[in-house]
Amino acid sequence: MLLARVVGTVVATRKDPRLEGFKLLIVKPVAPDGKEEQGGYLIAVDTVSAGNRELVITVAGSSARMADGCKDKPVDCVIVGIVDGVDVDKT
Amino acid sequence: MFLGRVIGRVWSTVKNPALESQRLLLVQPLGAGLQPSGKTLVCTDITGAGAGELIYWCRGRESSFPFLPQEVPTDATIVGIVDSVNLGKKAEG
Repeated sequence: MLLARVVGTVVATRKDPRLEGFKLLIVKPVAPDGKEEQGGYLIAVDTVSAGNRELVITVAGSSARMADGCKDKPVDCVIVGIVDGVDVDKT
Repeated sequence: MFLGRVIGRVWSTVKNPALESQRLLLVQPLGAGLQPSGKTLVCTDITGAGAGELIYWCRGRESSFPFLPQEVPTDATIVGIVDSVNLGKKAEG
């Protein structure tokens, strides 16, 4: 799972019927300190009603379909949590 | 499966119900020589690993199998705490 920040939304009218009713968000992976990593973004299905600029946890790959509400849907990246806090140990 | 080190924790109140009551730990993947390699990721945990511990983790769909019959939406899980690593000099890196 990756930490990511919500940076935008996607609107699609024509899509697989099994995707109807899902909110699609654009997320960018971030480092634990909250800094956005260069390049790379993902379109993720939102199951937790995340908002813009919020720090979230995303699951990718086939296990994404195990999230509640995503069973047997054509989905490979899902937002499964809104991050309250990240605690990094000092080394 | 890969080596890694637990470097922190993540907490989240609003989450997918299927992820309820899972521990979420920050893991830094390590190379065979225990040097950091790759991006930090968030893992679920079945071992009770603690801060700074050397662990191994698996990724992909298999990482949700330890929780069966519960279906947990995770793509990275800590499945073992490493006691020691023995490695020939040539294989390091």
